[in-house]
Formats: sequence, structure tokens, C-alpha cells
Amino acid sequence: MTEPLLRVENLQQHFPISRSYTVKAVNGVSFDIYPGETYGLVGESGSGKTTIGRSVIRLYNPTGGRIVFNGRDITGKLDGGVREMLRKDMQMIFQDPMASLNPRKKVADIIGEGLDIHRRYTSRQDRADQISEMLKKVGLSPEHAARYPHQFSGGQRQRVGIARALIMHPKLIIADECISALDVSIQAQVVNLMKDIQEETGCAYLFIAHDLSMVKYISDRIGVLHLGYMVEAGTKEEIFSNPIHPYTRSLLSAIPHPNPEVEKRRQSITYDYATSGIDYAKGTEHTVGGTHTVLATDEELAAWTKA
Amino acid sequence: MSEAPKTILDIRNLDISFKTNAGIVHAIRGVNIDLCKGETVAIVGESGSGKSVTMKAAMGLLDSNATVNSGEILYTYTDDHGREQTVDLLKMPKKQLRQQINGQRIAMVFQDPMTSLDPTMTIGKQIMEGMFLHKNMSREAAKARAIELLNLVGIPDAEKRFRNYPHQLSGGMRQRVVIAIALSADPDILICDEPTTALDVTIQARILELIMDIQKKMKLSVIYITHDLGVVAKVADYVDVMYAGKIVEVGNVNEIFYEPKHPYTWGLLSAMPDLDTEDDRLYSIPGSPPNLLHEPKGDAFAARNQFALAIDEKADPPLFQVSRTHFAATWLLHPDAPKIEMPRELQDRLERARKEVEKYL
Repeated sequence: MTEPLLRVENLQQHFPISRSYTVKAVNGVSFDIYPGETYGLVGESGSGKTTIGRSVIRLYNPTGGRIVFNGRDITGKLDGGVREMLRKDMQMIFQDPMASLNPRKKVADIIGEGLDIHRRYTSRQDRADQISEMLKKVGLSPEHAARYPHQFSGGQRQRVGIARALIMHPKLIIADECISALDVSIQAQVVNLMKDIQEETGCAYLFIAHDLSMVKYISDRIGVLHLGYMVEAGTKEEIFSNPIHPYTRSLLSAIPHPNPEVEKRRQSITYDYATSGIDYAKGTEHTVGGTHTVLATDEELAAWTKA
Repeated sequence: MSEAPKTILDIRNLDISFKTNAGIVHAIRGVNIDLCKGETVAIVGESGSGKSVTMKAAMGLLDSNATVNSGEILYTYTDDHGREQTVDLLKMPKKQLRQQINGQRIAMVFQDPMTSLDPTMTIGKQIMEGMFLHKNMSREAAKARAIELLNLVGIPDAEKRFRNYPHQLSGGMRQRVVIAIALSADPDILICDEPTTALDVTIQARILELIMDIQKKMKLSVIYITHDLGVVAKVADYVDVMYAGKIVEVGNVNEIFYEPKHPYTWGLLSAMPDLDTEDDRLYSIPGSPPNLLHEPKGDAFAARNQFALAIDEKADPPLFQVSRTHFAATWLLHPDAPKIEMPRELQDRLERARKEVEKYL
């Protein structure tokens, strides 16, 4: 087996709010991402999925745990070389294409900013060529380079966001809810584009979303998060055909199927952590076959697998 | 369906345009929608297709730069004396609409529970507000009713929550409060404008089940405005698919999902992966919705339609009847049109869907 591109071990991310109160957003999450694969993180809002993405790219300073990217430890203080490598090889696509592009910059400068910072071009012509090639790659035309973000539609803006991430030729792209703000028909276009780019460049994705059918469609492996704990992880087949954790089950049952006869008969499973009697802190990681792991105590696991 | 249910809201030939700096935007181009008592109609479409504007017209909430060019919105209700009345909401003076219809007979649940509540008022006060204004209730009666409503929408500890401010509640709880406010004056019609878009899937399912449950209890008629076909499948009896200010396909929910006729509906259905989609690529509708600043010539969808015929460029298709309840506006249904089948992937998908149904029966 090849070396993982990204290894997250026991990541903890706490935010002290006041002297006596700390928000524990992520509590000991571990996962690996291999080169060229797509790892999906799902969970409801407040489950810590965005926090993980931001900790991994070091927009936050992790409270505990270790993140190894490309064979280098990227936790703690970053020295120059590691920082340079991290900023080049890991990129992010943000959720809101309206808010994540600087309205006062032209698209060429938004996309080219990474090139400027890392001086990755030999001449102005080279810079312009790289930018127009990237625009073509994401399905925009080179003439768009001279426009401002407000002149684009939502789907086109998200393409600009993707072009900005791609221009550094990253090995890992963190896509944080990058299609949630788009219309259904446009979502499919963007997802297809992301798949094409992956095939062409071999980059890996950390795909963060709450739309499970889309996550299943795009991901190879999936991690289910709840309240900062990774409650279940495995390949998409393992998770979707044999969900074990009650939270995963309730999440899967909540997906609306575009099939009225079935949908009208189905009741979703409700799951309430407060009354379920499960304490995530007590659970340990159990492997239930293959790469499928569940966070549970021994008794809980026995009870869930029996039914 | 034994006897035909009574039509309660009847939107006829609605046509609305907006005056903007860039020119006149013809946002609604002849929309017809029927809503019968106790039924649920879903209006589906992309952003900018005019689904929200249609419902805002019914609520008298149109922006000041909007002009209603033609059409009527007929609302039938039983007045306080037990007589049946039919009024045209578009002709009603704004003031009368505010006093007699809005909130009282037609209530609306907005998309974003974070911004549709007043952050400076307790939720109890916000629920009671409508009762004071519309029903002249006493403070005690209103409070009792508000707590009853909070219980109905599934908020635990209603008495305690009554004194909470919106920021003390989670998104799902806030949306429940918004629903409670909408229900406070016993409306006939509930309009839900993307009620769950801002919420998580697990909470979405619960809110939808809650609305369906209340609908049954209170015999409400509900209009959903949404772009999520999964939601539509769960709640709707009838579906109107809107594109560029027009209804392109209407039918009951089974007809739309199992026998769609319009290429746009095909696109919408295929663009959303179901859990069994194994294809390498998702089918996507190419291009983006037209800009209604420039009135499209012929069929507005033609430019994005891989099945477009020559006539689509010239003339807008009328609604062709498929069955008693099912209509679609596409030239493909014209008797002279070439026989065109829906895309292969979608056929497979529908086949799977039918098999899944058999498993359930």
C-alpha cells in the first residue's frame, strides 16, 4: 500500500471562549487520505467538519494531535520550507462563491494571486498564459479574465474558486461545502468538473458536505462526524450498505429520495444524542470488517450489530 | 379521489415584470397554479425561475419596482358569517390585504430562520403578536394558545422557551418557532418558501414531517417553493415545474417523477444523484438559466435543451395535455414531433425507482 498523502492522527481543536468555557469542536479524529482519492466528511452543522478542514490547512492551530502531509509534520510551528510546501500543495475551495472572491479584484488577479506570492511565472506573458489555461480547464473562456466576480453567475464563480485552487497544481484540495450554495442543475456541472480535474491531475479531495447523496456519488471513502467525534468511517459501500452507528443510520434515513411512492411511506429514524445514553468520550474505535470502523464501547457495538 | 376538492387558491395567467436599472425584467410570463383545499402543491425551479415572486404576489409582498401586467389570484374562503367569498388578491387594497388576508388566512414560512425572527423580542411575544392583531385575543388566551402552538411544533419545555430570545435556540428550533408564528392565526393556506434549505438533513426530515402532520391536523393547504426534488417527493400531491417565469410541466407527484415529459424535468431529475447512481458522470443541464432582461424568443429552454427542435427557436410551445392532471409545455409532445425518448440514465433510474416501490408494496 502506498503512503497516505495526508495522515490526521487524533486531531483535537478546542476554542477557549472564556476562562471557564471551551468549545471542543474536534475531539480526537483520525483519518488518512491517499493520493488521488476523494475522502468525504459528512455530519450536521456543528459537527466539526469545517473545523477539521480548516485545521488541516492550518487556518487554525490544532490543540492536539498530529497532521502529516506529504511526509512532513505540519502541526506546531511551521518553518519556512514546510509552510511553502503546505501553501502550494494544499488548496481550499470555499462554500460561498459570492463571499470568497474579492469583489475589487479582476478574476485574473484572483486566480493569479498564488502565482504572484510564490513567484511561479517567468514573465507577464507566462502568468497570463497560465491563467487563461486554467480558465479553459474549468470551463470558462480566457476573455473572462478581465471581468470582476459580480459579472458571473453562482456556478461560474464557483468555477473561478476552483481555478484559483488548481493553479498551484495542489496535491490535495479541501472542498468545504463547495456545491451547497448552487442550484441542482449547476451542482451536477461542478461535480463533473471536479471529477474530470481529478482524473487529469490526480489530485486528492477532502470533500466536506452535508448532502449525503452527493458525497456518496463523489467519494471513495467516507467519515461520519458528530459532535466532534468520528462516529463511523469506511468505504462508501461499507457505510451505505451496512451503517452501524445509530447516528449514521438516522443520517442515511433522512436523505430524501426522489421517489414519491417510497418517500411518502418512509419515516426517518430520529436520533437524539442527549437521550440515547451514548457517551462518545467512552467509545473506542472498533473495526467491523475491512476498513469499516465504528466508535463505540464493546456493549454498544454488540447491541447495534445484533439488531 | 372521489369528489373533486374545492379550489382555494387559483392563480390565473399571472404576468409580472420588474423595472430595473438595466431594463425591464419579465420575471413571470403567464403562470397558472391551482391549489385545492387540504392539498400540497410544490413549485420547483432554479433560482431566478420566478417561483418566489409568484408567491410574493399572492401575499402582496412584491417589491415596489414590480408591475403586474395581467392575471388574477383568486382566493376563496369562508368569511366570519359562514358565507363563501372569492376575492382577487391582486385587486385588493394593500391595507385590506394586510389586515384581512396576510398572516390570518394565508401565512408564510420563510427560508432563513436566522433572519426572519426579531432578535429583540422573546419568541413568545412574536407568536402572540399575530393573535393580538388579527384575533383581538386577551393576553392570557394568547399565551395559552402560544404555548399550545409551541407544543404542537415539538418544542420541549414550551413554558420555559416562551421567554427565550431567538439567539438562544438552534436553527431547527427557530424554524419551528417560525412555523408556530405562521400557524398562530389559524390560516387556510401555508406558503413555505424553501423552509428547510438552511437546515441539516436530519432536521429537515423532522421539520417536513412536522409540517405534514400539522397539515393533516389543521386541514391546511400548503404550497412549497423549493428546488430540492427529494423534498418534493416527500411532501407534494401536485408539482409545478417552473422555468424562466413559466410553468413548463405540471402533474401529480407520481406523473412528474415516474413519467416526466419535459426535457427540463428530465434534466432536474437526472442531475440529482440518487443513492444508487453508479454512472461515471452525472447528467447535467448545460449552460445556465436565461437572463429575462432579454425576452427569449421561442422556448426559453431551447438553448440548454439537447432535444430542441427547430420550432423551439421560433415559437413557445403551449401546454400539451398528457393525462387528466398532467400537462407539459414542450414541442416534443406535438403529434408531428419526432419520437424522442428520455436519456438512457434517467430511464434506468426510473426503472430502479419502480422496482424500489414494488419492494415497499
